[in-house]
Order: sequence, then C-alpha cells, then structure tokens
Amino acid sequence: MKVGIPSVLQSYTSGASVVEANGSSVAALLFDLDARYPGIRFRMVNEADALRPHVRVFVNRESIGDLERTLSPDDEVMILQALSGG
Amino acid sequence: MPQAEAYEANRHTTRSLDGLTLLVGTKKGAFFLTASASRERFQLSGPAFLGHIVHHAVLDPRDRRTLLLAIRTGHLGPTVFRSTDFGKTWQEAAKPPAFSKPKDARRATVVEQVFWLTPGHADEAGVWYAGTSPEGLFRSEDGGNTWQPVAGWNDHPKWIAWTGDMTQRNPDGSPVHSILVDPRDPRHMYFATGSAGVFESIDQGADWNLLNTGMRSPAGPDPFPEYGYDPHCMTLHPRDPKTAWVFPMDGTDVWPRTCPAGRPAIYRTRDGGDSWTRLDRGFPERAWYTVLRQSMAVDDSATIGVYFGTTNGEIWGSIDAGDSWRCLASHLPHVYSLEVAQFAR
Repeated sequence: MKVGIPSVLQSYTSGASVVEANGSSVAALLFDLDARYPGIRFRMVNEADALRPHVRVFVNRESIGDLERTLSPDDEVMILQALSGG
Repeated sequence: MPQAEAYEANRHTTRSLDGLTLLVGTKKGAFFLTASASRERFQLSGPAFLGHIVHHAVLDPRDRRTLLLAIRTGHLGPTVFRSTDFGKTWQEAAKPPAFSKPKDARRATVVEQVFWLTPGHADEAGVWYAGTSPEGLFRSEDGGNTWQPVAGWNDHPKWIAWTGDMTQRNPDGSPVHSILVDPRDPRHMYFATGSAGVFESIDQGADWNLLNTGMRSPAGPDPFPEYGYDPHCMTLHPRDPKTAWVFPMDGTDVWPRTCPAGRPAIYRTRDGGDSWTRLDRGFPERAWYTVLRQSMAVDDSATIGVYFGTTNGEIWGSIDAGDSWRCLASHLPHVYSLEVAQFAR
C-alpha cells in the first residue's frame, strides 16, 4: 500500500514522499518500512513501542492512536510530524 | 539538483576535516573550525545536518578519523550518526541507544536525548559510552554502530531514587554527562547526573557508587545530602590536575546564567582551586554570554588552547592558556557543545 512520508523522514527514503510498504496492522507496516528504510521506525516509535509525541499516523484520512489498527491492502497511510520550537 | 541528491548533500560537511578542529554542536546542526598550524587562523565549515539538534560531536582519539554525532531532530527519536572518513559521509547507528523494555510497560523509560558521547579506553578500540536524558548509560563495542544499555546503571536498584520523580524533570531533561574513563584503567569510570551528583565505578559499570562526599547543597534542609546535586560538568586536565578554567555565570535570585554583571571573563586556577585569576583580555566590555556545560574545551598543545561557544552563536578561543581571547566565529546558531579534535591528517 502507499505510505505518505513527512519531509523530516524523507532522508530515509531518498527524498520520496510516497513509498510502498505492507503490513496487516499499522505496527506491522512500520516494521516493514524499517526493513525497507533502516532506522526510520525508531525515529517515529520509541523503545516502549509507542508513537513519539507529535507523530501522527492517518489511515484513509483518519488519525489513529492504536498501532494495532488493522490494515487492508487498499488502505492509504499517511505519516505526519508536527514542527514546533524555534 | 535531484531531490535524493539534495538530501545526501544535507548530510555532508563541505570539506574533509583535518588537523586541529573544533567540533561545534548547535541547535541547528554541526559546524567545524579547523585551525592553521599556528592556531592563528580558523576556517569554518558546515553545517552538517542543518536543522538537526546536535548535542555532542566527538572524534575518536584512537583512530583520529571516526566522528560521532548525538542528534535529535524535531520530535523524531534521538539517534547517533557516524563518519569514518573525516566527516565526508555519514551513516546512522544501526541500533541507537534505547532503554530495555521493563516487565511492567507502565514503567517504561524512553531515551529523549542522546546527550553525551565519550570514547572508551585507549586499549579498547571501538568502545564508546553514551549518556542520555533521562539518565541512561549505554555502551557500544563497534565504533558507535550498535548500543547496549549498561544494566549496572540503568537497572540499578537505586536508579529511581537517584534519578528522582519522572514527572518533575526539568524541561530539557536531566542527563548523564561528563562520562570519564580513567586512562590508567578501563574499568575505572566516572560520570555525573543532573539530579544526583557524581558516580564512580571500579568494575566497568557493573555497579556504581556515589562520590559526593564534601559537596555542599546551598539550599534545602540538609546541607550535605547523600545525593541530589546538579554538577554541570566534570573533566580531566590532560597533564596538570591542579589547573582548570571556568566560565562563571550569574546564579543570583532567578539564576540569569549570563556573565556576572555582563562582564565576560574566564577564571583560571593553577593551584587546584585555592586561588583564581580573572582573564578578560579580548572580550567585549559588556556582553551577556551564556555558555552551556558541553561548550568549553581545551586542546593539548604545549601552550594549551582554551575554547568556548555561546548560546548566541559565538566561538571564542585563546592560544595562550586563557591570557588573551579572540572571537573565532560568530553568527552561528545556539551552541550546545564544543569539543577539540585532532584529526589524523
């Protein structure tokens, strides 16, 4: 499925803003992303397996808070990251 | 420039680093000031990692070509980047510092900042230590590519007592810093924290003991508590343990933490702190500098050079052990750290 990548993480995807990745859940999708783009998951998910503050995952334009949210192959996933501070 | 190339360019410094170089970590990336042989001129290069917070940039003194950067980017997770070719190209650590998962997920501790980097003993090639906020200690045995928690500290039975209430931390977190390895014995180590004080290990981190005897707490009911101190930096002189330099900052009422009375000066002792000499030749008559704990360093030249960076983006240096000062660079971002490196070429 297609996954939108925010600009702050596009250094991992060689600048691509949309990439392909697979998974039966958001958690699995993020592991698949990390296999394709090593290191990208830890920037979004901490060692307690929680999304880092101000990182949001949208599935079909709906913000999800549960990484165990199931996914279908035709879902569209978008990752967003807020910017703050000077 | 194609987008992918633009991203790669953003990860590079502008030139290969050589000789005596000041490694400057800032809120917006890493900068490098390379000295001429006489140290009369310093050439600025960078930024590397523009827009990333660089808490610490450190050269491996064992091979004099491997550079590590402790980085955080906006709200993204903290990590470490490595260069093994004098800063020309960079790779992210395959396994950045991260706490072990506790049995009770509600008590999970996560690394917020990789704050401090220290190369291991000269006889232990590839060994590095990292201090984090919250107060974690991590060790790498492969030149900073993969990091493991030092269980003797992170899982110490007194860790929660020593590090305090996780809900009461200061906004930037309380770090493990000033990690020192005894040059005579790799098993003998020290570090300091922002919430407890100074710790010592004689078994390479398997266990830690407080080393606060003699310190005094200026506030609070007990003037000599066992722990609860906030030492800001601790370092070893390369040759003379009785010589030290400090940059005092205003600690009155609301702790402005700028030069006292707006009159910048370095103070030097050569007798272990019994007496101090004010050194202000070359500084502006009035300035309101703040110098953070990682932002002052010395070189190991015959006449020692002393350098510091300020939060308003100036780098100052003295090549006569502090007697006189000149501004080496200005208009940089907020300086978080400054280290002296001696590259192999």
